[in-house]
Amino acid sequence: MAGQTLLDRLKQKFGDKIAGANLQAIDPWVEVRPDGLVEVCQYLKQEPDLKFELLNCITAVDYFEPDPKKAAKAGFEPHLELVYHLSSVTKKHSLVLKVMLPRWKDDVPGQLPEVPSVSGVWRTADWHEREVYDLSGVWFVGHPHLRRILCPEDWEGHPLRKDYELPLEYHGIRGR
Amino acid sequence: MAIDTGDPRIIEFDVRTDELLVNMGPQHPSTHGVLRLVLKTDGEVVSDVEPHIGYLHRCAEKIGENLTPRQWIPYTDRMDYLAGMSMNLGWSLCVEKLLNYEVPEKGRHLRVIIAELQRIASHLVGMGAYGLDLGTFSPFLYAFREREKILDLFEEACGARLTYSYITPGGATADLPRGWLQKCEAFLDQFEPVIQEYHTLLTSNAIFIKRTAGIGILSPEMALDYGCTGPVLRGSGVDYDLRRDGEERYTEMYDGYAFEVICQRHGHYPQDHDYPPVPKEAVLGDCWHRFYVRMLEVVQSVDLVRQGIERYSRARGSWGEPIKLSTKLPKGEAYLETECPRGQMGFYIVSDGSAIPIRARARSSSFCNLSVAPELCRGCLIADVPAIIGSLDIVMGEIDR
Repeated sequence: MAGQTLLDRLKQKFGDKIAGANLQAIDPWVEVRPDGLVEVCQYLKQEPDLKFELLNCITAVDYFEPDPKKAAKAGFEPHLELVYHLSSVTKKHSLVLKVMLPRWKDDVPGQLPEVPSVSGVWRTADWHEREVYDLSGVWFVGHPHLRRILCPEDWEGHPLRKDYELPLEYHGIRGR
Repeated sequence: MAIDTGDPRIIEFDVRTDELLVNMGPQHPSTHGVLRLVLKTDGEVVSDVEPHIGYLHRCAEKIGENLTPRQWIPYTDRMDYLAGMSMNLGWSLCVEKLLNYEVPEKGRHLRVIIAELQRIASHLVGMGAYGLDLGTFSPFLYAFREREKILDLFEEACGARLTYSYITPGGATADLPRGWLQKCEAFLDQFEPVIQEYHTLLTSNAIFIKRTAGIGILSPEMALDYGCTGPVLRGSGVDYDLRRDGEERYTEMYDGYAFEVICQRHGHYPQDHDYPPVPKEAVLGDCWHRFYVRMLEVVQSVDLVRQGIERYSRARGSWGEPIKLSTKLPKGEAYLETECPRGQMGFYIVSDGSAIPIRARARSSSFCNLSVAPELCRGCLIADVPAIIGSLDIVMGEIDR
């Protein structure tokens, strides 16, 4: 499906919940505001001519330069990006959704940014969101049991954050 | 299997039994690596399964943020260590997509040959280990005997037997050595008749059918909902294979190759070869069908390697030199999925314009395939749990990354 037609359709249906788009990118993407994410996903999955029944992947990208000297030249404002890759098995097309989040909720370090969970739309999102929470530190509101999946339950911090520091020791094991 | 309390043969149905939590793994031979399952059981019947993963987590994605794409290739090997070549290929194609780099024709055919040989090797392990799960030892030895020959071929091409780092962004580290194609053809000629042995040992074996047919039935809707891909999805009758339906950058590798996606359409499987019949006990989407799809894909891959050899020997020019170790990446991001032996393996790269990406992500196929296991195991017998987990053919290295 042509990107522009789909974008127009989404904009008409959801108005300002569609925050932006980049159709010139290698994988064209549509940006959705967090409060509209579940509705948009529900629509994309159920609409008979879209049928995005497969959620391939959820990724969090941490845009942050820990070195203050380089930060000015980094070319981006510090933020966290959630990237949802969707595809349709029957219609054989794919789409990328993005959600922009602050790195910390209310800019208080340690307070995880919140986004609604799409595990009610695709059940595969259950594990993917647990992984994103575990490694990148995003709180998915409405997830049935959001807890760590790859790291141990008592692990501290979120390793894929750019400012993450390895703990000095973990249960008597030297970290660094 | 659900227990029917009205069945007169069951005499203890009104006895109150307690639920028991049983720990299986992480050091259990039939969990295929370090997978820990917590089973909630009522007698022999499993009422819930909770997989615990992460025992093999090596922070591969974090390492990827500190290395250039070519330096990360050896780490992709160690994800799905039974299909290292396919992992290399997935990452290489993703990086090439970001760079907008075209691999020469000869390199593309080389990649098809290598990737399909890898698929055979990987499915052989899957098949042999599945036999082990169900209590038969010989298919495992038969499978490893043939896999060994593929590893010999790989060793000759790149020097390694398990973690290859052979396919790299740009092409491959070296061309195939002289005389390799003849050896490969000799292997295929010898291997093709052997497949019949596997069918006799497993596919049409009465005990095997009893253990797998009608067990762990996965409906196509549930498979898609849980993001299952590869043989698990096709075993449920969904006609989807990225080699045909994927992105152009990937499908152009297979341009002109004749192959039919292995899945049951209109009640029957492709009939281009002499395959054993589907037993009447088997239900679409059960363990037997997932196994059968893998067995048929082995034959399909043999055909593809033959076609690849023919095209490769006709192609002229370079096989594709690897890109420079510190090639600057353009600013942007790219996501690409390839059809690996275990399903759709996706790689995602985000770059800010330097040589080192700011994010390297691997979407693991086994990760999603395993997430459906609690759903499949609910209500089955304890002895069926290894049968179901084995039929998903998971590799923990890929799940935990």
